[in-house]
Amino acid sequence: MALDTRTDRRPSFAGLLWGSTVGKKTAMAVSGVVMLLYLVAHLLGNLKIFFGAGEFDAYGQWLRTVGEPFLHHEWFLWIARVVLVVCVVTHGVAAYQLSRRDIAARPTGYVHKRRRASYATRTMRWGGVILALFIVWHILDLTTLTVNPRAESGHPYENLVASFDRWYVAAFYIVAMLALGLHIRHGFWSAAQTLGVGSRARDRVLKTVADVLALVLTAGFVSLPVAVLCGWVS
Amino acid sequence: MKLTLRVWRQKSPDVPGAMAAYEVDGISPDMSFLEMLDTLNEELILGGQEPVAFDHDCREGICGACSLVINGDAHGPERTTTCQLHMRSFRDGDTIDVEPWRAAAFPVVKDLVVDRSSFDRIIQAGGYVAVPTGAAPDAHATPVPKPDADFAFEHAECIGCGACVAACPNGSAMLFTSAKVNHLNVLPQGAPERESRVLEMVSTMDDEGFGGCTLAGECATACPKGIPLFSITSMNREFVRAARKRR
Amino acid sequence: MAFSDYETGDPVVDEKAPGGPIAERWDTRRFQAKLVNPANRRKQSVLVVGTGLAGGAAGATLAEQGYHVVQFCYQDSPRRAHSIAAQGGINAAKNYRNDGDSVHRLFYDTVKGGDFRSRESNVHRLAQVSVEIIDQCVAQGVPFAREYGGLLDTRSFGGVQVSRTFYARGQTGQQLLLGAYQALSRQIAAGNVEMHPRTEMLDLIVVDGRARGIVARDLVSGRIATYFGDAVVLASGGYGNVFYLSTNAMNSNATAVWRAHRRGAYFANPCFTQIHPTCIPRTGDHQSKLTLMSESLRNDGRIWVPKVKGDLRPAREIPEDERDYYLERIYPAFGNLVPRDIASRAAKNVCDEGRGVGPGGQGVYLDFADAIGRMGRAKVEEKYGNLFDMYERITAENPYEVPMRIYPAVHYTMGGLWVDYDLQTTVPGLFAIGEANFSDHGANRLGASALMQGLADGYFVLPSTINDYLARHPHDDAVDAGHPQAAAVVRQTEERLARLLAVDGDRTPDSFHREIGELMWEFCGMARTESGLRKALERIPEIRAEFWRRIKVPGSGEEFNQSLEKANRIVDYLELAELMCLDALHRGESCGGHFREESQTPDGEAARRDEEFSYAAAWEYRAAGDGPKDESGGPGAPVLHKEDLVFEYVHPTQRSYA
Repeated sequence: MALDTRTDRRPSFAGLLWGSTVGKKTAMAVSGVVMLLYLVAHLLGNLKIFFGAGEFDAYGQWLRTVGEPFLHHEWFLWIARVVLVVCVVTHGVAAYQLSRRDIAARPTGYVHKRRRASYATRTMRWGGVILALFIVWHILDLTTLTVNPRAESGHPYENLVASFDRWYVAAFYIVAMLALGLHIRHGFWSAAQTLGVGSRARDRVLKTVADVLALVLTAGFVSLPVAVLCGWVS
Repeated sequence: MKLTLRVWRQKSPDVPGAMAAYEVDGISPDMSFLEMLDTLNEELILGGQEPVAFDHDCREGICGACSLVINGDAHGPERTTTCQLHMRSFRDGDTIDVEPWRAAAFPVVKDLVVDRSSFDRIIQAGGYVAVPTGAAPDAHATPVPKPDADFAFEHAECIGCGACVAACPNGSAMLFTSAKVNHLNVLPQGAPERESRVLEMVSTMDDEGFGGCTLAGECATACPKGIPLFSITSMNREFVRAARKRR
Repeated sequence: MAFSDYETGDPVVDEKAPGGPIAERWDTRRFQAKLVNPANRRKQSVLVVGTGLAGGAAGATLAEQGYHVVQFCYQDSPRRAHSIAAQGGINAAKNYRNDGDSVHRLFYDTVKGGDFRSRESNVHRLAQVSVEIIDQCVAQGVPFAREYGGLLDTRSFGGVQVSRTFYARGQTGQQLLLGAYQALSRQIAAGNVEMHPRTEMLDLIVVDGRARGIVARDLVSGRIATYFGDAVVLASGGYGNVFYLSTNAMNSNATAVWRAHRRGAYFANPCFTQIHPTCIPRTGDHQSKLTLMSESLRNDGRIWVPKVKGDLRPAREIPEDERDYYLERIYPAFGNLVPRDIASRAAKNVCDEGRGVGPGGQGVYLDFADAIGRMGRAKVEEKYGNLFDMYERITAENPYEVPMRIYPAVHYTMGGLWVDYDLQTTVPGLFAIGEANFSDHGANRLGASALMQGLADGYFVLPSTINDYLARHPHDDAVDAGHPQAAAVVRQTEERLARLLAVDGDRTPDSFHREIGELMWEFCGMARTESGLRKALERIPEIRAEFWRRIKVPGSGEEFNQSLEKANRIVDYLELAELMCLDALHRGESCGGHFREESQTPDGEAARRDEEFSYAAAWEYRAAGDGPKDESGGPGAPVLHKEDLVFEYVHPTQRSYA
């Protein structure tokens, strides 16, 4: 007998998304875009370092009072932190699960290997791992101050300078920011495709935006340790 | 031309395979790649060895049967099917590596032959319009805007060879699946099943053990029919739309 | 007794075709045909061999009707059947152009195009059904070419005066096949079709005079198995691969139809083969198949060869007055647009005179220099760009710069299993559809009609007519593998394969295939003579004997073994070739694709002889009376049964294109 397309399954929207490779990529794209927006704000805030300790520390203080009196002290900050943690976890877990799948999907590799795809595309996974490690260290260093040599709460300017005065810390930071640039370069464009906003006509624009974002964010963040190492900020 | 071939030989799915080297001589640049393999096989048979098994049928680039990874490229160095690749694309004295499509969802049957029935199951999940014979209205009852018809055609050109999966670093079948989803979803005839089609086909694609898409773009580069990478973008859009509507 | 000493038996009559006005016959037959109660349908199963346009469409439609369908294809997927390679288009009498087309005109054109060797009732039904095919395919989502208003585009094709050909760029066959494949896939998913890919039918099981099952080999495991049903439908395509080089797919073969013929189905008009004039010539002995290029190239290209033989200068260095535009010279009215058979034969003639061009002198030029001069390169590119690209990919020559070289190649076989109006063969319960039967194209098929016939048979004709048979043979006497007849057929099949493996000679299957193919091309190709055909009939048994002495098939039967597949197909070609030559020999007239040099008009055109040959020749297989019991001895002389062709609506005339 003629049958209609199967209609027996009606899972939730989230269930549909998380249950499929395409949906998981959507979750990665959305969380990635949120983190990207955060990074833009974060960079703008950080660049205040070039205007002296007073302005930078005041900015740090302001972050704790955003939304008052509607929001309680530091609530905005905590909301942002929760959103970011959710994004990082979603992005990371989805990436891990998808990567496991991808590797399992080709149990036997080719004998004749060829360089495939662009450098940015091929480094998404390891770049992501570097970024994850970086985030952990970054929080321990400049948020909780656990590993910060100065660890003076309420004085982010001094803490930051103290941290970057160690060349190896600055170097790790710079490497992580280069990885970030590559990650954004493929990630932004890729997220656009995953969210279905890409098209032949828009491709050049999207690729250009991805390149500009990658470049600006990398250059912006890298300028901090460089400035500290060169003594322009101290 | 004289060539050294290194070919994947595997007697059956459950025994391990290995690359084996063969010399072939007297190859004409006008031969197709498969005719070169025919020549090798004739020599192997007469020498008392088993010929190399490979899938092929129409030999004019449309049936999608041929499926060789040549020097690491699905269908070889030209953007076409293996059967339309000619030996003039190689040089005298070259060593050529010939391997089967590699993917968990395409298990090796023998030598260079793989089982691509997972593709059929993806189509069975929804790659059709449910219209029983005789139930159709007049062909002119529903005009289709030319851009939509052209879009549908561009995706309908897929020959189901599997080069996209073979080339993808993740062994993903997104380009294959999206080609059929887009072909049918853009047409008014395919609209009633638009949501269930994309959801079921993607779900089956996942169940078959294909990898996910990282938009590396290798699939579209390898596709002998030029299915564009944006095909995947369009399917992603359809998927999210369908997931929302079916909440 | 020599093979050519055939007997003439009783005439064969199509008892199913109703009389009355031709336009009402199909309705009459559909009404007369008994129906099967929907509740009983799922108890009845139909075996369908092949998944091309005819088989795919039939499998899907029968499953929709409620029958249990068991379907087979040798390819790894039903989507790869060779219907996929058809380029040009599909005819339908829609008259969307308001250019005077009608069902009757399509009927008329097809009977005339078939050179009056087809059955009027069948052809009229085909024209009627053509209209529904387009509706069905559009509803399936087949992306036909459309105009800016969103309606379907059509073009004129194959020298017809109306624009009735629907197309999807140069891939019409692909798109129609995928439509059928998708409909079939839907039924597979629903559990109504049990699909067996990579499974090849090797014999037919006939029990108590009725087709009840098949023997098939799983090409992956090598396992020989039996499958049973209430009816068997062969949709296994044509037998053009008997010529080795053809436009058929490499694995297209005649085994299903030939084995059915050996089990009692008459084979009709085997000598009717179509040679397509515009194929890319072969480049050497390594050639494995030939590639067709759309006939539409002849609309703007001019065909020529040098005036003197042995002129080896490059084409561009041969001055205009030393070129022979032979079609324009011989047929000034139609020029380069003469029908396929005439264009093919003319090319052969000039090559036989030693004026052919390219490797081996087996080619003629198809020159676009004038067209480029007249329309500009951009316009030529727009019209033919994809064909030019394809040509350049294969030959590495740029057809914008140097003329294309073309040569005719075997393309389609009009002959096939004899079927009645219900598409049933002479074995009750065995049906043949699509290219596998003989019914609709007569001695020559018109362009864009193969797709039409395959889909007409599969979607509309067979699903209506098979009901009548199934209703008369309810499922109450199941046959299984334990039946002595089934066991015997399995044993014979296993013995045949075992023998092929056991010979262990010194020649490959391909070498025999090439030898029989070259013989057929020479003596049973574009032009046939009595002496040539007799020579071929002498030679074929020798090749067959040598085959069974010297064939070498490596490996075993219990595994994936492509050499064994090939060798087994050649066994059947070696017998079919003989019948084709005999049929060509007995038909002392020229008609359509069959040109007998003895029967031509004073100016060298095909001369039909209606008084003697206005019939379809249906051959009955006879086993050899003496000689070895196995198959190496070949068949005995067959029996000819004539089906007289009656023309009530289209009166036979001699074609003229001068």
